[in-house]
Amino acid sequence: MQIYLPIAELPISVLMVLGLSGAVGFISGLFGVGGGFLLTPLLIFLDIPPAVAVATVAAQVAGSSMTGVLTYLRRKALDLKLGAVLVSGGIMGTVLGVLFFNTMRRLGQLELVITLSYVTLFSVIGGLMLYDALRALMRVRAGKPARLKRRGGMHPWWMGLPLRMRFNRSGLYCSVLPIALLAIVIGFIGAVLGVGGGFILVPGLIYFFRIPTAVVVGTSLFQILVTMTGATLLHAVTNQSVDIVLATLLLIGGVIGAQFGGRAARNLNVESFRLLLALLILSVGLRFAIELFVPPSEPFSVVVPESAR
Amino acid sequence: MNRLGALLALLCAWIGATSARAETLIAAMSAHQVQITSNYTGSQLTVFGLVERDGRTVARTGPYDILITVRGPRRMLLVREKERLGPIWINRTQRRFPDNPVFLHVASSRPIDAMMSLEVAQRDRVGLANAERAPGNWIDLDPGSVRFRDSLVRIMQAKDLYGYDERGVTFLSNSLFSAPVDIPATAPTGSYTVDIVLYSGGVPLARQQTNFEVVKTGIEQRLASGAYDWPLLYGLAAALMALFLGWGASVIFRRD
Repeated sequence: MQIYLPIAELPISVLMVLGLSGAVGFISGLFGVGGGFLLTPLLIFLDIPPAVAVATVAAQVAGSSMTGVLTYLRRKALDLKLGAVLVSGGIMGTVLGVLFFNTMRRLGQLELVITLSYVTLFSVIGGLMLYDALRALMRVRAGKPARLKRRGGMHPWWMGLPLRMRFNRSGLYCSVLPIALLAIVIGFIGAVLGVGGGFILVPGLIYFFRIPTAVVVGTSLFQILVTMTGATLLHAVTNQSVDIVLATLLLIGGVIGAQFGGRAARNLNVESFRLLLALLILSVGLRFAIELFVPPSEPFSVVVPESAR
Repeated sequence: MNRLGALLALLCAWIGATSARAETLIAAMSAHQVQITSNYTGSQLTVFGLVERDGRTVARTGPYDILITVRGPRRMLLVREKERLGPIWINRTQRRFPDNPVFLHVASSRPIDAMMSLEVAQRDRVGLANAERAPGNWIDLDPGSVRFRDSLVRIMQAKDLYGYDERGVTFLSNSLFSAPVDIPATAPTGSYTVDIVLYSGGVPLARQQTNFEVVKTGIEQRLASGAYDWPLLYGLAAALMALFLGWGASVIFRRD
């Protein structure tokens, strides 16, 4: 069954979009990532104009993280205070990111910056996580505890910076400065790459601040919910590229998938969770690396500049 | 003197109209509008044409050839080329085609190279490669622009937006012909022109132009114009719908 998308201006198979968004929604609910970094390239691959793909995915990510947020809120696995700090840092980062985005576009190197950052970010973060997860698995095999226990009084130096704040739900007493810095970096990257940034936020909060995984996922979804709702509005007002029909289809698949993902997350042990997330992030990085390093079979490409729409 | 000139002109016109100079071409489209509805997956139109000749029309040695060129709305197109820079491949050079049709289909009654020589095809802008050639500019001095132009045609052909059907025009009788025009679902909205030229022995004898448009209708049209006319309202609707569906799913699937 095909349906014509009024803004993307092409017909698309309903079942395929539902299946695709369901799978991405599952991953999103499982790992607390928005899933935009998977869905946007997939839609572009299906010939949907990049601007429409980015803007519509923003709406989809907002909806599916809404489901996740409510689920985690009910389970009391969401730190609203930490979320508020992340959101305000994220807004600052987004503004900086948009400025950088426009500068790069003026210089004509935006596409290269985006591909290079995808490769670097995904390979580095995925690689580090994979290394860590494998080492933990080896320890379990050897009969030792997976990770060295967190002992009282043993904190990394950045947690002791001034402006300390207590985050009860996360079991964290830490300076606001490094958290805000992380949020700024994520807002910046999100604005430049058109992704929510959950895939950086989740490992960031786990590794740098040792917050329990369950709380990290809920809080990260909250941050994504706020930024992506804003992004949907901004895209609709500034470039009219939100396709409401495509967004509805993606949402129906996405929210259902996210439900099952969120449920599966409860039955997944922490070590395999980290290993799977690492492999997922690494494979996206590899996909972009292939594009960059392998000689293209068709070196030419045709684009209709957005302003001409 | 003035009166004599007018009389002469009238005489010439009369001779031109009735004497043995050329055939006339009559053409019609099966429809002048393609409507995009929510189950639209492309469409097909048919061009019908008639070569009209009377007793005084000279006998032609060769057969009649028909050439049909359909041009879609014009947009600015950018063609980029990836080049190697160290170990990586990046877009380095690009060429603008400021006023280029996004849709271009050519159909003929027999292969163009059998209808006319390459020079005539270039001069008359016949065929996919020549249709958008700047008039008078037979030989492209810049070899780079040929490469980009060829790539543009190749890529658009792969997307079904450009195409050439060398036997797309069928003669139903000696003078009546028809040609299907396939409109893929990805063809842009806007107005399309259809140029029909009658050839014989590589010489253009008559031409005719008609047109059609591709438009969104019903809910498709209302959604698209809503997005442009009330962007804030549209954005709010999209965001609220997203949040509502998210909330709805968590209520429906609630088990704990």
